[in-house]
Amino acid sequence: MTDALTYLQGLFGFAWPLVWSMAKIVAIVAPLMLGVAYLTYAERKIIGYMQLRIGPNRVGPKGWLQPIADALKLLMKEIVLPTSANKGLFLLAPVLAIGPALAAWAVVPFTPELVLANIDASLLYIMAITSMGVYGIVLAGWASNSKYAFLGAMRASAQIVSYEIAMGFALVGVLMAAQSLNLVEIVKAQQGGVFSWYWLPLFPLFIVYLIAGVAETNRAPFDVVEGESEIVGFHVDYAGMAFAIFFLAEYANMILVATMTSLMFLGGWNPLFDFAPFTWIPGFVWLLAKVCFILFLFLWFRATFPRYRYDQIMRLGWKVFIPVTLVWILVVGAAMQTSYGHLFH
Amino acid sequence: MNFEMLVFYALATILLFAGFRVVTARHPVQAALFLVLAFFTGAGLWLLLEAEFLAITLVLVYIGAVMVLFLFVVMMLNLNIEKMRAGFWGNLPLAAFVGILMAFEMVLVLTVAGRSVVAAPQVHGPGYSNTKELGRLIYTDYVYAFEIAAVVLLVAIVAAIAITLRRRTGTKHQDPAKQVRVKRDDRVRLVSMPAEKDL
Repeated sequence: MTDALTYLQGLFGFAWPLVWSMAKIVAIVAPLMLGVAYLTYAERKIIGYMQLRIGPNRVGPKGWLQPIADALKLLMKEIVLPTSANKGLFLLAPVLAIGPALAAWAVVPFTPELVLANIDASLLYIMAITSMGVYGIVLAGWASNSKYAFLGAMRASAQIVSYEIAMGFALVGVLMAAQSLNLVEIVKAQQGGVFSWYWLPLFPLFIVYLIAGVAETNRAPFDVVEGESEIVGFHVDYAGMAFAIFFLAEYANMILVATMTSLMFLGGWNPLFDFAPFTWIPGFVWLLAKVCFILFLFLWFRATFPRYRYDQIMRLGWKVFIPVTLVWILVVGAAMQTSYGHLFH
Repeated sequence: MNFEMLVFYALATILLFAGFRVVTARHPVQAALFLVLAFFTGAGLWLLLEAEFLAITLVLVYIGAVMVLFLFVVMMLNLNIEKMRAGFWGNLPLAAFVGILMAFEMVLVLTVAGRSVVAAPQVHGPGYSNTKELGRLIYTDYVYAFEIAAVVLLVAIVAAIAITLRRRTGTKHQDPAKQVRVKRDDRVRLVSMPAEKDL
């Protein structure tokens, strides 16, 4: 292994860091894309069974090849450019939507060692990068040169910007408890079984983060951007692969929010209990199980709740979630000055 | 030329290009987007300086918040580009004079004796955390300046909210408290209807 690495290093010369980073990026993005594909399959199957249907079962055994067939269909469809759309920005918008959704994964740790870039301020990096996702939406709506798309973009981006604040405050609570911005340190601070994870001392923040994560990714019941009952949506003018990119970005963001929730509130790769049969299972499997659980919640929400009205979405974000997070940050900060501080570590 | 130099020159080229396009782009939306690109590239340059906290905050605050609102405004204004460009040639001499004067002043400030050459910052080891250093400085040596800046921002926030609180008549809005309190009896009236017998 080391020999092969040295050989390759010699082969590429000073471009080696670039090549090596590329290889690592592919190693993260390729499984992620596969995860996105099978998340759509899981969504259709799970919601199908919840609604007493079977879901896709025609392509491949038990429908397992359905996502591949969908991807091929989307690839072969024509990308329609609306007349008098701003062509450059129209095509740039999907790229700006998916770019941040993938770039955020650079600092996500999968085990204490397995992380592309273990930087000190990784939590801040995630917040910064995910806050850029809104450009794809705004530009898609504006460049389509359609009033419906533009109204949809305004709604979606206002929703994302609003819920980002609540999410940011929830993260402030986490970093106060862990006393670090580094995701690896945050997970390490939660060692010691299910009652040491941060979901318990930071319960209000956990709930706010989870729900704000659903709203942030424009998922049901906050999915006014693609609701059939609403006639507006920022991607009404997109077709084929250009639309599929938005779709990929949404699902990649879902997996990202689920992973962040698992890392920050559900102990990441820490086992459920700190004794024998649980510690035999490798950490990565624990993380994967927690991510799958959160993703299941996303799908469950979609099958259960009716869609929110737009003014109710904004009200919930600004008048409920932000005050809740602010109060709990104060509680955590005050408790740390007293003898109860250990409860929040 | 090592890898770091390569990255620096690539970023510097993009930054200069983006900055140039901000002032030359025909459409305001394009100009705003090039400004976003300039901020992002600038953040990359700061990362090269090991100022990771500042770089990420630049992205978070300026790209993630300020420029989004900027784009909103620029997109929703019905801008007439022809009208904006009408006085271009007439104003050019004055603008050029002011611009050159400002550039001259900047050169003067930067070339004051001893300031033109700044020693290269020392390269820190892997254990060094710029974020921690910055936090320590802000909350110890510069705590008053920092708190005053925070208060100024708070006043600005309160003022901005106060401006929006004007009373408008004739607007329709829903009162969620009332909606939540509503009961079945307020909406539905059960009417007892005897079945018809003679059919």
